[in-house]
Amino acid sequence: MNSDSSSSPSPWEPSAVGAVNQAAPAVGVSLQLDRLSFDDTIILEDFGLSLPAGQITCLLGPSGVGKSSILKLLAGFIPLPAKSAITCDDGHGITNRASYMDQQDLLLPWASSLENVVIGARLRGEIPDLTRARKLLTEVGLQASSEALPNTLSGGMRQRVALARTLMDDSPIVLMDEPFSALDAITRFRLQDLAARLLKGKTVLLITHDPMEALRLGHVIHVMSGTPVSLSPPLRPEGALPRDPASDALKHHYSEIMANLALSEPAYA
Amino acid sequence: MKYLRPLITICGLLLVWSVVVSLTELPKFILPPPGLVFKTLIEKYDLIAEHALITAVEIVLGLLVGISFGMVSALLISAYRPVRQWVLPMLIASQAVPVFAIAPLLVIWMGYGLAPKVIVGALIIYFPVAVGFLDGLNRTDPAWLNLAALLQKSGSKSAVRNHYALYRYIKIPFALPSLASGIRVGTAIAPIGAIVGEWVGSSAGLGFLMLNSNARMQIDLVFASLMVLTFMALTLYYLVDHGLRWAMPWQPDQKIA
Repeated sequence: MNSDSSSSPSPWEPSAVGAVNQAAPAVGVSLQLDRLSFDDTIILEDFGLSLPAGQITCLLGPSGVGKSSILKLLAGFIPLPAKSAITCDDGHGITNRASYMDQQDLLLPWASSLENVVIGARLRGEIPDLTRARKLLTEVGLQASSEALPNTLSGGMRQRVALARTLMDDSPIVLMDEPFSALDAITRFRLQDLAARLLKGKTVLLITHDPMEALRLGHVIHVMSGTPVSLSPPLRPEGALPRDPASDALKHHYSEIMANLALSEPAYA
Repeated sequence: MKYLRPLITICGLLLVWSVVVSLTELPKFILPPPGLVFKTLIEKYDLIAEHALITAVEIVLGLLVGISFGMVSALLISAYRPVRQWVLPMLIASQAVPVFAIAPLLVIWMGYGLAPKVIVGALIIYFPVAVGFLDGLNRTDPAWLNLAALLQKSGSKSAVRNHYALYRYIKIPFALPSLASGIRVGTAIAPIGAIVGEWVGSSAGLGFLMLNSNARMQIDLVFASLMVLTFMALTLYYLVDHGLRWAMPWQPDQKIA
């Protein structure tokens, strides 16, 4: 296992994001859901969510509340139920321009970091843009590990490769399902910084159960809670991303979020 | 210790064998002592080697044919739904028919040469390879299939091309460890095919030699041939096992034994 800090001379230094993001116009997305149920159990009913163009929307909630279902609907992993719709501001569809990042890195164990980043092009039968892939690996601080196999990388490094893969197609919409939750605190913190920088200008849905993460990364924060599940009014903390979690303003929001989250759970004792 | 353990086992078995022979005073045409078997092995080295070479060729050819057909069947069954209904019953039938029953037919049709032995071997090896590979192909992690589907959506290429790429880059590589297990099982049982083929009709090979010496009460030669066959089978398995592990360095160590 390599350590996270030894991989490159300056992995976490801010740099020009324009170099890797080819400025596809930002697009807002909204989801209107009549009813989503599995095996006669209603998960969500009369539910609406909109993702403002070019901003990071965080969806917070306790486990099992249906956060991931929303993301899977947007990604097309679950078919859209009747009388429901996904609409984009510009009138085009969502599925051919959304990228997805999972809690697991989903790296191919037999392929190098570089090959993992360009897997999308390979799967589409296109010639991969290796220059762009190398540039992205440099952006996430892994230029020295571009030929390494995933099992020789640490958890944080693997998730950085996954982030590079997610950014490779330069999709204007990025769907992230608890992408950093399997990492240790310090690695997660650094990856959040990295994500805030690299996701600039993209329409992002970030699913998380960590209020701190939402406060650091979310332009807009929604809390999902209660039975039946409802969405809290949007919370828009001030300040540029990534925010400082220790600031007083965030402390205030933190207690508000915790209060909202607690709605879905009966008090203990 | 790793290399010492099999050595101790072998020496222990030889010792038990010697003790049994000396205690029961069995005649050497019923159970020869190990010393005599080794003496025969050295004296008839040429004869045994000549027949062993033929059997080895039969085993390896049977293995290659069986693995190729097994892999192709599994791919066809997995990739094209309509094929499943046609090929799957054949796959199962190939195991339901006892090879002992069809081996004589093969000898009648194809003579005493190499072909019937290779076919009998391939029939035995085919099944574990096909089933192992098919199982692997059908069990790709759904999370990966979802991601692949999303990555493919932004492409303009045809469905057939996407299907091919999905197999090429995701499904087949993920199924390789299962295929390797199938090949390991196939390799371990491969000698059975060649020997069965030789028993029902042949003019050469270790099976032929054993059958002949058995009829002439040359039990020492039977045992010597058996030892060579066992040695060949173990060597083959070892080589295949190491080859497979070398080919899949990302795979965590997965020894059967």
